[in-house]
Amino acid sequence: MDQIFTLDVHGLRSKLAAHEVSPVEVVRALARRIEAVDPAVRGYLSIDLERAIGEAEAADVTKPLGGVPIAIKDVISVRGAPCTCGSRILAGYRAPYDATVIARLRAAGAIPFGRTNMDEFAMGSSTENSAFGPTHNPYDPARTPGGSSGGSAAVVAADEAFAALGSDTGGSIRQPAAFCGCVGFKPTYGRVSRYGLVAFASSLDQIGPFTKTVRDAALLLNAIAGVDPCDSTSLDEPVPDFTTNLDRGVKGVRLGLPREYFVSGLDPQVERAVRQAVEHYAKLGAEIVEVSLPHTEYALSTYYIIAPAEASANLARFDGVRYGYRAEQPGDLLEHYGRTREEGFGAEVKRRIILGTYALSSGYYDAYYLKAQKARTLIRDDFSRAFRRVDAIVCPTSPTPAFKLGERANDPLSMYLADVFTLAANMAGICGVSIPCGFAEAEGKLLPIGLQILGNSLEEGRVLQVANAYEQTTDWHKRRPQSVTGNA
Amino acid sequence: MKSDYTATIGLEVHVQLKTKSKMFCGCAVAYGAEPNVHTCPTCLGLPGALPVMNLEALKLTALTGLMLKCQIAPVCKFDRKNYYYPDMPKNYQISQYDLPICERGEVPLYDLAYPKDAQKSIANPGKRVRLIRIHLEEDVAKSFHFESSTGIDFNRAGTPLMEIVSQPDIELPEEAFAYLTSLKQALIYGGVSDADMEKGQLRCDVNVSVRKRTDAAYGAKIELKNLNSISGVRRALAFEINRQIEALERGETLRQETRRWDDDLGETTLMRTKESAHDYRYFPDPDLLPVRTEVFLDEVRSRLPETPWEKRERLEKDYGLSAYDAGVLADDRPLSAYFEAAARGSARPKSVANYVMNDLLSALGAAGQTVEECPVRPEDLKALVTLVDEGRINSKQGKDVFSEMFSTGVDPQTIVRRKGLQQESDLGAIEALCREVIAANPKVVEDYRGGKSVSINFLKGQVMKLSKGKANPALVGETLQRLLS
Ligand SMILES: [Zn+2]
Repeated sequence: MDQIFTLDVHGLRSKLAAHEVSPVEVVRALARRIEAVDPAVRGYLSIDLERAIGEAEAADVTKPLGGVPIAIKDVISVRGAPCTCGSRILAGYRAPYDATVIARLRAAGAIPFGRTNMDEFAMGSSTENSAFGPTHNPYDPARTPGGSSGGSAAVVAADEAFAALGSDTGGSIRQPAAFCGCVGFKPTYGRVSRYGLVAFASSLDQIGPFTKTVRDAALLLNAIAGVDPCDSTSLDEPVPDFTTNLDRGVKGVRLGLPREYFVSGLDPQVERAVRQAVEHYAKLGAEIVEVSLPHTEYALSTYYIIAPAEASANLARFDGVRYGYRAEQPGDLLEHYGRTREEGFGAEVKRRIILGTYALSSGYYDAYYLKAQKARTLIRDDFSRAFRRVDAIVCPTSPTPAFKLGERANDPLSMYLADVFTLAANMAGICGVSIPCGFAEAEGKLLPIGLQILGNSLEEGRVLQVANAYEQTTDWHKRRPQSVTGNA
Repeated sequence: MKSDYTATIGLEVHVQLKTKSKMFCGCAVAYGAEPNVHTCPTCLGLPGALPVMNLEALKLTALTGLMLKCQIAPVCKFDRKNYYYPDMPKNYQISQYDLPICERGEVPLYDLAYPKDAQKSIANPGKRVRLIRIHLEEDVAKSFHFESSTGIDFNRAGTPLMEIVSQPDIELPEEAFAYLTSLKQALIYGGVSDADMEKGQLRCDVNVSVRKRTDAAYGAKIELKNLNSISGVRRALAFEINRQIEALERGETLRQETRRWDDDLGETTLMRTKESAHDYRYFPDPDLLPVRTEVFLDEVRSRLPETPWEKRERLEKDYGLSAYDAGVLADDRPLSAYFEAAARGSARPKSVANYVMNDLLSALGAAGQTVEECPVRPEDLKALVTLVDEGRINSKQGKDVFSEMFSTGVDPQTIVRRKGLQQESDLGAIEALCREVIAANPKVVEDYRGGKSVSINFLKGQVMKLSKGKANPALVGETLQRLLS
C-alpha cells in the first residue's frame, strides 16, 4: 500500500474497482509521495489537497477513471483553481470555469489533482521559462525535464502522479516525455477540445496525456477525445475505444524512417537507441520503409513565424484590466499596458510577442506570415505523401537527451532546436507519441531517450498499437529514476 | 452650399443585429440590463475561452446583403483586428478584413426618405447610393467614466455588429438623411435590427470633404463622430460643409482630421488630427473555421422579405394608390400589413387607405396604441368601407361608426343596426314617402315637369327630411324620377 504511487492508471483502477484501496487513500498516498519527492523535482506549482480529498470522497470507482487523481498542466482551466501558465501576469487569477477536458475527466470519474509547472505560456523546451523557477529532471536534478510541459512529465516519471495532462504546440508533450522517460501523446489537431486551454498558438495547440504506459495513454484519450460545441476547431469524428487495438502487434505494419531526421546534430547515443528500436520493430514483423519529408528543414523557421504571430494576438488579453497582474500607479492607459506587460511577462514571452507582432505587421505580412502558411502546406503535404506509403513514422523525439539547467537558457536558437523533430507534426496537425526506448549515459547519469511514433490525422489508434507493440516487448518503461525514488 | 463647391460624403454605418445570443457565445443580447450580467468566459476574453460562430448573425448579414442587391461571398472568413483598448476584452476584435460577406449593392433614396422640408426640392430624384461592402464583427464593451475611475460593462461586448460602408456617392446633407432613413427601413423590414440610433443599435461615422466643382482632386477627408440621430447627421453635415467652404474661402488649407459633433451647440470641434495610420495586423482567426455561405443561403433567400421600395411600387400597382399614399403606408411595415389585410378584395382600396391613414392613425395616436394593438379588425374596416361605398350609410355616419368600432371593437354592421343608422332601402316605404312629398308640393312638381329638372332636388330633400335622413338618397332619387315621369 505504501508503494501505491508506483502503479500505473490501469493497475490503480483494478485496485480501486476491487475496493482494495479507496480514492481518499490514493490521494493521501500521493500527497505523501509528493511531499517526499517534489522538493527535489519541483514539478507542482500548487495543490489543493483538501479539495482533492473532498472529490476523492465523492468519487465513483465504477467509472472508467473513477478515483484516479490526474495532474494538470497549469495552462488548463479548472474551476476555482489558479491557472498561472507559469507567468507572473496571471498572479491571483482563478479560472471561473472548467476546461472541456477537465469536465470530461470528471465525467469519467477522475480527480483533477495539482497544477504542474511549465514554461511561461508554454513557450520553451526546458521549463526554465517558468516565473516560479525550473522543474528538475528526476533522472538528474542538474538537468531540465524538457518543456514546456516539464512539470507534467517530471511528476509522472517521479511517481508523483499516475498520469498528467499537458499541451503540445511544437513538441511540448513529446519532448519532455522523452527527457523524463514516460509516455507523452499528442493527439490529432482537433481531436481534443481546446476550450479552457490558455492559447499559445491556436492552430497548433493540442492537449494530451502523460502516462507511465501506452495503455494508460489510451485510457486517458478515451476520456478526453471528441468533438466539443465550445471549440469550432474540434473534429466531429467518431471516437473509437483506443484500447481496442493495443495488442494487435506490428506484423505487416509499414513503418517509415524519415531520412531527414537522421542528420548531423543528432546525438550518437540517441541515434543508436532509435535505430535499435527500429531493428526491434523489424524483428516483431514490421516492414521498415525509408521515407522522405523533404520540407523538414523549413519546419523550424516556419513554426517560429506562425506560432509567435498567433501568440502575439492570443496574449494581448493579458493587460491587467480585468484580471491578473496590474502595474501599480500607471500615469495613463498606455503606461498601464506597457508596464503591466513589461513587468508581468518573462523574456522569452516578450521575445515571441515581438517576433509575432513583427511578422504580422503591414509590409511584412506577405513575406513572413503568408509565406509561412505556404510552407506549412508543403510540410503537411510531405506527411500526406509519406502516409500513403507507410502506416506510421518512427524517428527520434529530440536530437539529444535532457540538457543541463542553464545550458541553453541564454541561447534561444539552441533551445528552439530541441523541438526540431517534434514541431512538424503540429504544423501538419497529425498525431504522435514519445515512448521510452533506452538510455544515454552522461556524466555518470542515465538519461532517458524517446522514440517518436507519428501517425496520420485521426490515426491515434494505429500509433498506440505500434507504441504498445514496442512497450510490451521491452522494459524501458519500467525503469524509474534512482536519484529521486531510491526504489528502481 | 455655395454653388461653385461640391461635397463628397461617405458613411460607415454600424448596425447591431437582432439575434437572441451574442456572436461568439451563448450570452443574451439585451439592452438595459445591470452591468456585466450577460457575460461569460468568451465575451469577457478570459484565458482559454473560445469563440463559436452564431450562424444567425451570418444569415442576417447575408439577408441584408440580398435586400440591398449585394454579391454574397462564397466563403466567409473571420480575422483578428489587433488593437488595445479597455472596452475590447481580448485586445483584438474578431472582424472581417479581406473577404467581407457582402460586396457592392446599393441603397435607393426615395422621396419620402428625405427630410419633410426637403421633399419638394430633391436635387437627384431616384438616386441610388452604392455600397462598397457589408461585413460582420463583434461589438465592444461600454465604458463609463466616474470621478476617479472607469467602469466597463461587457453586456454589449460580443454583440453581432454589421458594418455597412457606402461609396462616397452622397453630395448633400439631405441625401445622407435619406440614405440613413432608407437603410434603416430596410433593416427593420428584414428583421435584421431595430436600428434605433438612440439605443446605439445604429451608429454612424461620416466622412466629408469639399472641393471646388472645377477641381478634380478631392478635398481633405474629415471624419465626424458622435452622431446620435439621423437629423443630427444632416445638421452636422450642413454645418461641416459650410465650415469647410468658409475655411477654403479664407484661403486656409484643410487637413485630414476627426471632429466631434456637438448636437446642443450645433457645431463640430476638433478631436484629433490624423495620426499615423494604425496597423491592425489583421490575420485569419485560427479559432474560427471559414464558413461556406451556400450552406445557409437557400434558407436566407426563403426568408427574404419584400423591400420597402418593392412594397411601395406594388401598393401603387395593386391598389391604385398614389405614390404618396403608397410611400406613407410602406414606411410603416405593420401599418401597410394592416392596410393590405383590409384592402385585399375590397372594391375601394383607396377608401380603405384613407381610413387607415387618417381615421385609424389619428385614433391610434390619441389612444397611444400601435397598429398591432388596434382594436378594429382589418375585415371590419373593409366592411365599413363597403357600407359607405354601397350607400348604406353616408360618409359622415361612416366616421361615427368608425369611432364606435375603435372604442368598442364591435363590427360595423352591428353598430349600424343598434344605432338604427341603416339607410331606408325598402322600396315600398320610400315610394310611400315620395308620394306623400309629391302630393304636398304640386307647384314644384309642375316646375319639374315643365323642364326645370333641378327642382327634383327640393323634393329629394323633403323626402330625406321626412325619413329623418335614413332613406337611401340614391333610391329616393330613382323613385322620384320614376313617379314623376
Ligand atoms: Zn458571453
